[in-house]
Amino acid sequence: MRLKNTMYSMMVLFMGLFQASIAKAEGIDAAVNAVFASSTGWFVSLIFAPLPGTSFPWIVLWLVVGATVFTLYFGFVQFRAIGHSIDLVKGEYSDPKDAGEVSHFQALTTALSGTVGLGNIAGVAVAIGIGGPGATFWMILAGLMGMASKFVECTLGVKYRNEYKDGSVSGGPMYYISKGFEERGLPGGKFLAALFAVFCIFGAFGGGNMFQANQAHAQLSSVIGDYPGWITGIIFAVIVFLVIVGGIKSIARVTEKIVPFMGVLYVGAGVVILLMNIDQIGWAFGQIFEGAFTGLGVAGGMVGALIQGFKRAAFSNEAGVGSAAIAHSAVKTNEPITEGLVSLLEPFIDTVVICTMTALVIIITGQLVSDPATGLYVLNEAGTAIATQDGSSGVALTSAAFGSAFTWFPYILVLAVVMFAFSTMLSWSYYGLKAWTYLFGEGKKAEMTFKVLFCLFVIVGASASLGPVIDFSDAMIFAMAVVNIIGLYFLMPIVKKEYISYFARLKSGEIKKFK
Amino acid sequence: MSTTLIVGIDGSEAGARALSYTKRLATLIGSDCKIEVVYVIEWSPYSFQTPEENAQRNKQREKAISIANERIVEPAIKSLQDEGFAAEGRVLHGKVAHLLNSVAVETNAEQIVVARSSAAGFTSRVFGSVTANLVMSSTVPVTVVS
Repeated sequence: MRLKNTMYSMMVLFMGLFQASIAKAEGIDAAVNAVFASSTGWFVSLIFAPLPGTSFPWIVLWLVVGATVFTLYFGFVQFRAIGHSIDLVKGEYSDPKDAGEVSHFQALTTALSGTVGLGNIAGVAVAIGIGGPGATFWMILAGLMGMASKFVECTLGVKYRNEYKDGSVSGGPMYYISKGFEERGLPGGKFLAALFAVFCIFGAFGGGNMFQANQAHAQLSSVIGDYPGWITGIIFAVIVFLVIVGGIKSIARVTEKIVPFMGVLYVGAGVVILLMNIDQIGWAFGQIFEGAFTGLGVAGGMVGALIQGFKRAAFSNEAGVGSAAIAHSAVKTNEPITEGLVSLLEPFIDTVVICTMTALVIIITGQLVSDPATGLYVLNEAGTAIATQDGSSGVALTSAAFGSAFTWFPYILVLAVVMFAFSTMLSWSYYGLKAWTYLFGEGKKAEMTFKVLFCLFVIVGASASLGPVIDFSDAMIFAMAVVNIIGLYFLMPIVKKEYISYFARLKSGEIKKFK
Repeated sequence: MSTTLIVGIDGSEAGARALSYTKRLATLIGSDCKIEVVYVIEWSPYSFQTPEENAQRNKQREKAISIANERIVEPAIKSLQDEGFAAEGRVLHGKVAHLLNSVAVETNAEQIVVARSSAAGFTSRVFGSVTANLVMSSTVPVTVVS
């Protein structure tokens, strides 16, 4: 109860300060930016603090160690079980009597629509721009390792979900941490679960909302011409409001159908560009491998490439963050492990396939400026990132790369970014809502408060400049991973037990194919 | 040995015609004929859904089954039983043509009776009609009532 009151007070205070600042400031965008940067900076610094005596953020090591531990503990499950994962998605083990329930395919694609998006388009460009082509290598490695993290969290998400009498379900780290810790007789489960929920709410406002609105505005203004961010913010906020508050499902349904189409179009265009430059693919991979261990002149060298690769991979596929466990928990299955196995395909599709393709297109189309004499990349004037052909970064860099092959593609990309941003917002509005109702209880008043706040943050995100928004988004998403991975360490023996039992029954023929 | 007839209904006038024709067939076959009424809710496990829809899916599924039973299948069974026919029914989720055939195979049915739906024009030209799909894919004889 005290936690509830404190959270409400914090929210009201934050919104009050925010509104007061806007009223006093001359420009709305400037006011939002100033308040935003000053109020979140301390948390960002804490999350990204470097390890003593190095420039390596402790949080990146935290994710890497987590993914490595899960990979080793489950004996490289991501490589050994991927064939079975595909069979599960194809429905080969789905009981026909369960038709009409949420299938493995649906749980996977729903979770993917929350992760595939700006991370794959803007995030990769940021990683390559700062860390050079070598960042791609670390990104792929992080994607492959992250598959094990996703496997553990999504298995637990299904195992410990709440199934209500009316047939609806709620799941995610807050449920498995609190129930799992209690089952194992461990203390602190409820505290960790509540802490996760708090971070998840801010993660939903940050990476799941403001970052999306911010980048959607950047794309729109690059095509239409420069105009104030709050205009995009208000338009987006109204549409999001209509869906999540007004319950206009048709908008959500249209989005859910267009987004996969945009994804296929994006990947298709990337594949065509790669085929057009097939002779350079070997060179591009050479740059990726060489850059991974030498940095090829980027700021921070090899460590710089590694940090960028791991950071953007984590932000893109969210492995270890815990968000996917919320999305996957609605599947119909009596074997929680099956959803874990399906979920491990998510980082593979998101990072290993789509992110790598974006990176290859940027490298092959020659967007990054290098010195022909030394072969090293040339840094921009500030010395913070690699100089690009037209000085662009983020989405604009990806857009320029695709646009160099197809002049019309930047227009398609604008639409893709806007649709991806919108679909990610809808997914995160749900994740955030689940965390919110975990803290404040299910109820129309509590739900409405969250939904209205979510819409307000859309305006903040579109108005603030990219730097503070990216920092805040990353910090919140990674803060979720801190709590979630602690939970996963303590609960992984439960997953191991399920894993051994499932594969023993599969081998003995007790678990049969239906198709 | 009894004879089973499968009749696909959808709550429309076309479904009623199929049911009416099945009664005639059953009368001709005699007292050992059993009618299996099947209502299929069109569903694909490969559709795209929002997280909210997924969370509510089980609830929505149960609701859809209950409504279909209450409004369409149970009244049809009752009318058949009132007229002295042995009848059973079921509501299923999936592809209509595939499921009608599956039920027919499972119950060792003699034939499937459906009515030609009123849906025509562009949609059926592009995607093919349910009736046409059933006729093409069924492993059991199919009667299409016009």
